[in-house]
Amino acid sequence: MSALLFNLFALFTVICAVGTVVNKNAVNAAMCFLLCLVGVAGLFVQLDAYLLAFLLLLVYAGAVVALFLFIIMLLDVQGKQSISFKSFSTVAAALAAGLLLVGICSFATRGHLDAPNPNYGSGVGAALKPYAYQLFTTYLLPVQVMGFLLLAAMLGVIVLSRKLDAVEGTS
Amino acid sequence: MIHAGLNTYVTLSALLFVIGFFGVLLRKNTLVIFMSLELMLVASTLALVAFSRFNGTLDGNVFVFFILTIAAAEVAVGLAIIVALFRMRRTVQVDELNALKH
Repeated sequence: MSALLFNLFALFTVICAVGTVVNKNAVNAAMCFLLCLVGVAGLFVQLDAYLLAFLLLLVYAGAVVALFLFIIMLLDVQGKQSISFKSFSTVAAALAAGLLLVGICSFATRGHLDAPNPNYGSGVGAALKPYAYQLFTTYLLPVQVMGFLLLAAMLGVIVLSRKLDAVEGTS
Repeated sequence: MIHAGLNTYVTLSALLFVIGFFGVLLRKNTLVIFMSLELMLVASTLALVAFSRFNGTLDGNVFVFFILTIAAAEVAVGLAIIVALFRMRRTVQVDELNALKH
């Protein structure tokens, strides 16, 4: 059952990822990306990371893809985006991607950890307490830095989305 | 039917990463390139969760927490940059955004 679900979710995720990349319409690509994220969340559930699956759906599928769709509709850049699969750059891209895949897989297929670790209880991925304990003891400094980073990003977005009168006047 | 071992998860994650990488190189629309970048990020989180599960620790999962935070901030800033770029240049195609080339 577990293997069947893994195969289903893996196939679904890969198909949707390919759909994201080759879709001519940006809105369809965003929808494929959304489905791909649902597949990855299913794989997270297979790996007992229930909380992360929920967070992935909440943050990525809920916020990030919605933001993408807003921007695609705001900029309204539909049509006239043909992808030619014959040009030199396409061949180079395929070659680079293939080399990267072979490179990663050459060492990804070496280890032998076939069964999940039994020490990891089935409820750990769903409980908040172990996460919170880790976040506020071992990873306290990264959490603080992350808060500062979010503040900086917020200020940066405000500055970027302001109307640039001086620049737009010259262009 | 493929057995769901650690190797399979890492290979799947590598495959997703490579698909995203291919999209970054192939596409000309800045928004789709950005989406492919996000796909690469998600692929890396899948590898981290798999390592965490198979080694019986929680560290990988906590890293994924941080990656999700970073991704949210990155998407906000990146899309703001793309909108600012569109306001100035009236296009999001990388072919036409070649001011540094000339």
